[in-house]
Amino acid sequence: MENQTWWRRLVTFISNYPLYFIFLFFIIFPFIVPYKALATQIIIWGLFALGFNICLGYTGMLSFGHAAYFGVGAYTTGVVLIRLWANIWFGLFAALFMGGILALVLGFLCIKRKGIYFAMLTLAFAQLVYFVAFQWVDLTGGDNGLRNIPAAPLNFFGLSINIYSPLNFYFFVLFFVFLSLLALNLILQSPFGHVLQAVRENDQRARSCGYETTNVRWLAFVISGAISGLAGGLYALYLHFVGIETLYWMTSGQVVMMTLLGGMGSFIGPFIGAGVFLYLEDVLSNITQSWMIFLGVIFVLCVLFFPAGIWGTIKGLSTRGKKELPASSAP
Amino acid sequence: MDATALLMQLFTGLSLGMLYVLLALGLSIIFGLLTVVNFAHGAMFMWGAYAGVSVIALTGNFWIALIVAPLVIGGYGLIVERGLIRPLYGRDINYPLLLTFGLQFIMLEIVRIFYGTSDQPFKAPDLLSMPIEIFGTFAFPSYRLFVIAVTIIICIVLWVFLEKTNLGMIIRAGTRDPLMVRALGIDMGRIWWLVFGIGSALAGLGGILAAPIRSVFPEMGITMLVECFVVVVVGGMGSLSGAILSGIIMGEASAITTLFYPQMADIVIFLVMAVVLLIRPSGLFGRAGLLE
Repeated sequence: MENQTWWRRLVTFISNYPLYFIFLFFIIFPFIVPYKALATQIIIWGLFALGFNICLGYTGMLSFGHAAYFGVGAYTTGVVLIRLWANIWFGLFAALFMGGILALVLGFLCIKRKGIYFAMLTLAFAQLVYFVAFQWVDLTGGDNGLRNIPAAPLNFFGLSINIYSPLNFYFFVLFFVFLSLLALNLILQSPFGHVLQAVRENDQRARSCGYETTNVRWLAFVISGAISGLAGGLYALYLHFVGIETLYWMTSGQVVMMTLLGGMGSFIGPFIGAGVFLYLEDVLSNITQSWMIFLGVIFVLCVLFFPAGIWGTIKGLSTRGKKELPASSAP
Repeated sequence: MDATALLMQLFTGLSLGMLYVLLALGLSIIFGLLTVVNFAHGAMFMWGAYAGVSVIALTGNFWIALIVAPLVIGGYGLIVERGLIRPLYGRDINYPLLLTFGLQFIMLEIVRIFYGTSDQPFKAPDLLSMPIEIFGTFAFPSYRLFVIAVTIIICIVLWVFLEKTNLGMIIRAGTRDPLMVRALGIDMGRIWWLVFGIGSALAGLGGILAAPIRSVFPEMGITMLVECFVVVVVGGMGSLSGAILSGIIMGEASAITTLFYPQMADIVIFLVMAVVLLIRPSGLFGRAGLLE
C-alpha cells in the first residue's frame, strides 16, 4: 500500500505540473538513452507529435496529413539554408512560418468537414504536397532528397556556438522544445485553449455559446501545422538531409501512432509515444528486419485495449479507486 | 497527337478507372453500412495480388486464381471484422480507422517475410495476352478489356444483389437507419460481418486483376489506398453510384494527363478532388452531414 502511494503521488505530480517534470527529465534524458542521437530524434518527433496533438488531443480533429507540415518545414529550412541565407534562426523561423501558412491554406479546404472526412481530406492534400515536391526536382531534389544542407554556425548575441556535436545539438533542439511547450502552455491555459476543449467535447454547444467553432478549429490547425513545421526544420538540421519520404503519408501515420501510443490530450503523452516508438524501432530493427510487424501489433493492441495510451492508462490506474473527480483535462 | 492515341489512352484510363471502381466500391459499401474507414483496404488489395501469385504457383491456372483470391481475401475480411473491428463498435468512430491502419503494417510485413521485397512476376493468361483491334483503328491489350468487362459484371451483380434481393434490401435499409432495422428484429451484426467480407473480397479481386497491369510488390497497395480515398471522397462517401462515376473520372483524368503532361499525372486526381469539394463539399453523390 505504501508502495502504491508514492507512484500515485508521482503520477499526480506529473499530471499537475507536466512542464516542470518535462524540463527536469529532458535535461538528464540524453544520459540515460543508449546514444545521444536517439535522444535528439525522440524529442524532435516528440515535438512533432506535440504539435499534432493540438489537433487530435485538444481539438478532436484526426488529421492524417501532418507529414505535409513536417515535411514542408524540413524542406523550407533546407532550401533557405542552401540558397537564401545560411542563418539557423531564420531557417527555423521560415519552417515554422511555412508550416503555419500551408496549414492555413489546406485547413481552409478541409476544416469545414469533420470526423472521417477530415482525416481523408487532410490525407489526400498531404499526398498532393508529396507529389508536387516529388516532381519539383529543381527545388527539392525529387526522389534523391535535398542533400548537403550546410552546417550553418549558430550566432547567439555575438557568440558563436558549435551545435553540431551530438550533445550540443540535443540541447539546441531542447531549447526549441521548451519554447514550444511554454508557448503551447500559454495558449492552452488562455480562454482560447478552453474554447478548443469545448469544441472537442461538444461542438454544437460551443457554437450555441457564441463561438465561431470553424474558425477556432482552423486556428488550432494552423498552430498545429506551425509546430510541426518547426519540428520538420529541426529534423532537417539534424540529418543535414531531407528525404522525400518525410512528406509521404506514412510519416503522418507514424505521428498518429506515436500520439495514440503515448496518450493524446496531454503534454507528456506525445513524448512518451515518440520515445517508445523510436526506442522499439531502434531495438527491434537490430534484431529483425520485420520490426514494423511488432510495432503494428503493439499499436493494434493499444487501440483495442488501451485507447487512452500509455500515459492515459497510467493516469487511469493511479486515480482508480479514488473518489475524487478525474484529473481535469488541463495539460 | 492524333485521335487514335487519344482514344487508346481513353481506354487505358477506363481500365485504370475500373480498378479504382472495384476498390472504391468495397470501401464505400463498408463505410456506408459500418461507418468504418478501412485503412487496410490497400493491404487487402495487395494480398489479393499475392494470393493470386500463390494460387498460380500451385495450380498454374489464372482462372482458378481469379476465383480463389477474392474468396480468400473475403474470408480474411470476415475474420478481421469478427476479431478486431467488432469490439470497437460503439466507441469513437476514429478507432476502427486507427486499428486498420495498424493492421496494414502487419499485413505488409507478413508479405515481406514470406515473399521478399522484390517484384513478383505475374503474366496475364495466354488467352488474354493478344492485343485486340478496336474499331479497326488501333490494337488494345485484351487483358485491359477483360478488366473493364469483369468490373462491369461485378457492378451489375452488386446492383442486382442490392436492389433486387431481400438481403440487399436489408443492407440498404441498414445504411439509412440501422436502429430501425434492428428494431424490426434483424441481426445487424451478421449483416455488417457479411458486408465487410464482400468489401474485402472486392479489394482482393481488384488486387489480382491489377497484378498483370501494375507489378506485384508489397507496397503496391499503399499509394492505391490514398487514390481510392480520393475516389470515394469525390464520389460521396457511402454512395455506390458516386464511387463508380468518380472512379471512371479519376482513371480518365489520370490517363489523359499522362498523355499531355506526364509530370502532373499523379497530382491531377487531387486537383480534381479540390475542385469538386469546393463546388460540392459532400462529393458528387454524397449526403451532406453523414457522420460528421
